[in-house]
Amino acid sequence: MPTKKDILDIHFMDARCKLIDVAAFLDRMERHAGEADFRLQAFKNAIPILLSDQPGRARAMLEAFSDHSSEPAASASTQGASGAPDPSLTN
Amino acid sequence: MKYIEPHAHMVSRSTDDYTKLALAGCEAICEPAFWAGFDRSSPKGFFDYYRQLTEYEPARAAKFGIPHFCWLCINPKEAEDPVFAREVMSLIPEFIDKPTVLGIGEIGLNKNTRNELAIFEEHVQIALDRDLPILIHTPHLEDKLKGTRLMLDSLANFSSLNRDKVIIDHVEEHTVDLVLDQGYWAGMTLYPESKCTPNRAIDILETHEGSRLWLNSACDWGVSDPLAVVKCGFEMKKRQHSAEAVEKILFENPKRFLSQCPNFKLA
Repeated sequence: MPTKKDILDIHFMDARCKLIDVAAFLDRMERHAGEADFRLQAFKNAIPILLSDQPGRARAMLEAFSDHSSEPAASASTQGASGAPDPSLTN
Repeated sequence: MKYIEPHAHMVSRSTDDYTKLALAGCEAICEPAFWAGFDRSSPKGFFDYYRQLTEYEPARAAKFGIPHFCWLCINPKEAEDPVFAREVMSLIPEFIDKPTVLGIGEIGLNKNTRNELAIFEEHVQIALDRDLPILIHTPHLEDKLKGTRLMLDSLANFSSLNRDKVIIDHVEEHTVDLVLDQGYWAGMTLYPESKCTPNRAIDILETHEGSRLWLNSACDWGVSDPLAVVKCGFEMKKRQHSAEAVEKILFENPKRFLSQCPNFKLA
C-alpha cells in the first residue's frame, strides 16, 4: 500500500486546488448581491468537519448535508435534489 | 482492462461511446430502466422504452461486440403517481421473459414519499414472485441517507427476500455500511460531481471487505463519464492496487452478482 508521502505525491495538488476553490466560492458568495439560501448555511456548517482529528470526515460531511428525518414524505414537492436539506421541506 | 459496466444508460449515449467502451475492454453492459430526464406523457411511452431496452439497444451494442442486458421497472422519479406507475408496471410481464432481461431495476426512492415507497414495494414483490434479482437506486444528495434507511426497513419486511440477489446502488461513505452490514450488495457510482469520485470509491474499497461491492458509471444524458469504471481501475493501479484486485472489483464481482440472473451470459 502507498505511504503518506506517496498519497501526498498523488493527491496533494488536487486537494489543494479543491480547497482553494472552496475559499474562492465563499469569497464569490460574499461579493455578489442578493440573499443566499439554506445551502450556504449548510455549507458553512460542514466546514469545521475538515478540521476534525477523527477519521470518517467524508462520511460526516455527507451526513451534514443529509435530511435526517425518518418518516416518508406525504408527497413530492419537486423531483430534484439541491445538495442540502431545505428546512422548509423536511419533516 | 477487462471489466463489466453493470449500470449504464446507453439509450442516452452515442455510438462513439460504444466504441470507447469496446476499446477500453468492456465485456458486458447492463442497463437499468430509468428516467429519461423528463416525464413520459403516457404509460405507452414505456412500452416503446421497454422495446428499446430489450430489442434495439442489444442489437446496437452487438455491432460493437458487447453483450447488452437490461433491468425493467418504472423509475422512482415517475412513481409518485401510483395510478400511472401501476399502469406502466402492468407492461412488465410482456417484456420480463425477453432473453436479455436480468431482473427488476432500478427501483427505489427519489423524494422519499409514501407513494414512491408503495411502488417500490410492489416492484420487490414482482421480483420475488419470479425469483429475480433486484437493482435498487438510492436517492440523490440530501435524500440518500433517509431513502436508504427507508428502503432497508421496507426490505426487512420481505421475509423471503434473498439478500444475495439484491444490489443497492449509488452508495457513498454514509450509506455503504448500512447496506453491507445487512447482507446486501452495494454499488458505487462514479460521477464527476455527485455520488462517488474514483478516489473516494477506492477509499471505500480500502476500508471495507470488498466481496459485495461493484463500480459503475451510471452514464446517462447528464454530466457523466461512460469510461468512469475503467478510469477508476487506472486510479487503483496508481494507488498500488494489484492487477488481481482491480480485476476482482471491475470484473469478477459484477460477474458473480450478475451470474445469479438466468439470462446473464458473457460471450
